[in-house]
Amino acid sequence: METLDRAIIEATQAGLPLTPRPYATVAEQVGSDEATVMARMQAMQESGIIRRIGAVPNHYVLGFRGNGMSVWEVPEDRIQACGERVGALDFVSHAYHRPKHPPLWNYNLFAMVHGRDREEVMQKVEKIATLLGDDDLGHEVLFSSRILKKTGLRLPGGKP
Amino acid sequence: MRYCSVASASSSAAQNISDLLPDLLLDAIDRAIINQLQKGFPICERPYQEAAQSLGISETELIQRLQAMLDDKRLSRFGPLYHAERMGGGLSLCAMAVPAEDFDEVAVQVNRFPEVAHNYARDHDLNMWFVLATETPQRIDEVLKEIQARTGYPVYNMPKKQEFFVGLHFEV
Repeated sequence: METLDRAIIEATQAGLPLTPRPYATVAEQVGSDEATVMARMQAMQESGIIRRIGAVPNHYVLGFRGNGMSVWEVPEDRIQACGERVGALDFVSHAYHRPKHPPLWNYNLFAMVHGRDREEVMQKVEKIATLLGDDDLGHEVLFSSRILKKTGLRLPGGKP
Repeated sequence: MRYCSVASASSSAAQNISDLLPDLLLDAIDRAIINQLQKGFPICERPYQEAAQSLGISETELIQRLQAMLDDKRLSRFGPLYHAERMGGGLSLCAMAVPAEDFDEVAVQVNRFPEVAHNYARDHDLNMWFVLATETPQRIDEVLKEIQARTGYPVYNMPKKQEFFVGLHFEV
């Protein structure tokens, strides 16, 4: 990764400056100019290093207190279709295909489901089950009982 | 002007949780800001002005409201969301089955690794779930082995094979 990109990431991973010209503010911090920073960030957005620039509401404060990790066993040859259908649901924030570890762990599709409380999460999980139909070979919902650590992701090789 | 385009399609199917929110938590303008800025933010010289125009408020008001919502944690963050793997590092979800009597001690041992970003206790036989974020993809395996050696329990590695969707638009 380019040195300038890395510097831009370090300068913005906590957030975009709330100044009228935020990209100029970032440019000052990284020793570049506004046009260059804008062009680099545009390039990072196009290449997918930046997923998007935007606001992340605090789900808990906004009333979403139920967050369940739903895990599904679906036929491996159906994973693409199942993943796309589940991922398209408005109450699913992340959907991933992950490896099984049989016999202990037979689930290969993970979908984070958000709701006001656990009951609402379970209702939504039932909607997923209905949607998957015969492709649902078994599922469970794992709720978190405790946060043991939450430091957030840091830039690889970045300053601690 | 290409840099200033922001997707503004509204999702009518999205969550409507307005009824849950006390009026003082978010007024109509706050809600409009959150709904619009979850979808994207322009890259141009005056992006707040650009975004404020389509919200029908001033640039100053948008900046002040964002600051206020960040200050009292109604917003978790505002800015670019980076894709960890595409920055060159390794990322994986890992799980362990730890007997209750050893759980707290193992949690301390696991959390001591700086590569462990999040760690959650979950109600399941696999009762400890953590995210590993490493400088290089190869380092994931090394850290896994170190955790196994330190704790004496197997670590189940569940790196994503494919991502179908990441993101969530809460219509507020």
